[in-house]
Amino acid sequence: MTVASPDLTQASRREAVAFILKKALISGFVALILFSLMIGVRTEAGPTGQLIYWTRFGDLATIVAIVFGGSIVVELLRQWWGPVGIATVIPPTVQSALGIAGRALPPLLLVFALLVPIVFYDQRYVIDTGIQVLTYVMLGWGLNVVVGLAGLLDLGYVAFYAVGAYSYALLATYFGLSFWICLPLAGILAALWGVLLGFPVLRLRGDYLAIVTLAFGEIIRLVIINWQSLTGGPNGISPIPRPTLFGIPLTPGPDGLAARIGIEFSPTQRIVFLFYVILALALLTNWVTIRLRRLPIGRAWEALREDEVACRALGINTTTTKLTAFATGAMFGGFAGAFFATRQGFISPESFTFQESALVLAIVVLGGMGSQLGVALAALTLIGGFELFRGFDQYRMLVFGMAMVLLMIWRPRGLIGHRAPTVFLRQNTAISSELAREGRG
Amino acid sequence: MNDEDDEILQDSILKVKGLTMRFGGVVAVNDLSFTAERHRITALIGPNGAGKTTVFNCITGFYKPTGGLMLLTHDNGRIILLNQLNDFRISKQAKVARTFQNIRLFPGMTALENLMVAQHNALMLASGFTFLGLIGAPSYRSAEKHAIDQAKRWLDRIGLLERADDAAGNLAYGDQRRLEIARAMCTEPALLCLDEPAAGLNARESSALSELLISIRSEGTSILLIEHDMSVVMEISDHIVVMDYGVKIAEGAPQAVRDDPKVVAAYLGADEEEAAAVMEGGT
Repeated sequence: MTVASPDLTQASRREAVAFILKKALISGFVALILFSLMIGVRTEAGPTGQLIYWTRFGDLATIVAIVFGGSIVVELLRQWWGPVGIATVIPPTVQSALGIAGRALPPLLLVFALLVPIVFYDQRYVIDTGIQVLTYVMLGWGLNVVVGLAGLLDLGYVAFYAVGAYSYALLATYFGLSFWICLPLAGILAALWGVLLGFPVLRLRGDYLAIVTLAFGEIIRLVIINWQSLTGGPNGISPIPRPTLFGIPLTPGPDGLAARIGIEFSPTQRIVFLFYVILALALLTNWVTIRLRRLPIGRAWEALREDEVACRALGINTTTTKLTAFATGAMFGGFAGAFFATRQGFISPESFTFQESALVLAIVVLGGMGSQLGVALAALTLIGGFELFRGFDQYRMLVFGMAMVLLMIWRPRGLIGHRAPTVFLRQNTAISSELAREGRG
Repeated sequence: MNDEDDEILQDSILKVKGLTMRFGGVVAVNDLSFTAERHRITALIGPNGAGKTTVFNCITGFYKPTGGLMLLTHDNGRIILLNQLNDFRISKQAKVARTFQNIRLFPGMTALENLMVAQHNALMLASGFTFLGLIGAPSYRSAEKHAIDQAKRWLDRIGLLERADDAAGNLAYGDQRRLEIARAMCTEPALLCLDEPAAGLNARESSALSELLISIRSEGTSILLIEHDMSVVMEISDHIVVMDYGVKIAEGAPQAVRDDPKVVAAYLGADEEEAAAVMEGGT
């Protein structure tokens, strides 16, 4: 490609123009073929069932013209920017400033999260969105253990979320157990299911593993729908008991927290309480994951992602290593599920569709596989963005699809594209994810 | 077992008897028998496709041999039948470590991390299978410190201490080769199997490699070596086994093997003079 240089000759300029025009023509032609049937012709069933159609060549011409013009603009911008290499040369001062900003970001985010219910106390909508974001942050961190660290592509993560949610809902409604007793039980049950799923799929790798986990997610959902006598089937379970603060319910009655400490009751108190519960659960997930990464098991997970054969040659039991990754990820999913159930007060199989798995996986991939901060940022962007773009109405998903495509072009390794070493001698230098493998299961 | 066998088992670390490996109709290794002496360097050489790497894969548990026996005798006299172990147990229980023909480091992890992963089993035990480690038990902390010291010692030995915190994938080719050997040594093996450690190294690097291997031998680790670089093989090997088309064609001390007409013929057809020149030392 020709780059603008001081002594740009007439010939090379003509060459560049020809190149741009050629590219634009090809793009326009492809658009013409693609949209000729999609937009150029409109078909509908007539009143008597016959096919009626009419043409919309005007719209088609507009689309093709937009693509043609857009292609020229993009190419001109590209020439004006010059080769992509320039973007990687950042002055050291800016780099160090970015480094400081990067280190300051996690504590700032934490302080912000802690302050949200206080600052936005009278805006229930904001706190509700915060709870939603934190739930997905927690799910993202849980799945990050399986996908980001161990490199096992799991498309059925929602199954563990469902197991956690139904564990709490059933234990609470049938046996009257409290949330705080059910929470660890839900985690343990989900982890057991993780191991159960892990066993048959241990020999599978990459795409095959993804398909089986996807099927597993569907199986759990279908079992919940069809086991009417236990789970209530499509009708779901309600009402599910709300959590209590060490046995003190957050209700308006004389037993409630508000009456006991002598303040006026407000329904927001319960929302704020839920916010801090999920924040604590998410932080627990984060703390455990960070700890595990620096333990031999965490290093073995990452080594497994890098090279499974080498792991075996070093005497690492890859079977148990994979199972522990599945179980750990599933356990956090189970915690999040139990929280989801108590927050909603009602659960049904509709909340545990494949779309949820895909969303959580998108958060992990977008955040940068293995990066805790990246996952948190991605959850904030995706879930918060969903709410922010509510005004766009039906185009919301379109905007999101485009945003994700653009992000993946600019940052193919996710928002945080490097991994921090788990142990170091002199300095903790981040490693570019270009080197790290994505793992083939 | 007769007296002669007993005697061999005493001072041999690895005894391979009648090893056969078939892939469908192809016989990659056919009735191969040899012995690797304790605290010695045994080289396995032969033309491309002779079946050397297949032998390695059988010994290190990556393949299950069709037939034959592989006996490993530890310093304490414990005899292990390698046929009965597979996969990671070869390294964990039989203490056989290996490197790969095409380097298999963990490229996204630092050099230090690579050596820490190699000490997984010891550290796992010390961390009480993660639970003690999670609560930060002092016993685990000291075990980790010990593991880091061990890794540091090896990094220092292979001249990579300065680059401990760099990603393994960023190291130069020769450094990666040495790091892979150090990683295998961090599992504290009784037998170290090296698959073409000098491949792609320049003359200076391969002489440094020879020194490293000799020092490893002197510290009590036996070495089994596949190598094409004859200068390395002839310089450091105590015993050489020559393979061609899956069978052993010669065996003995370096000097004897070099002069063996069958070996010369296998390497370069019948032209003995040319072959002798190559066997002189890879120049």
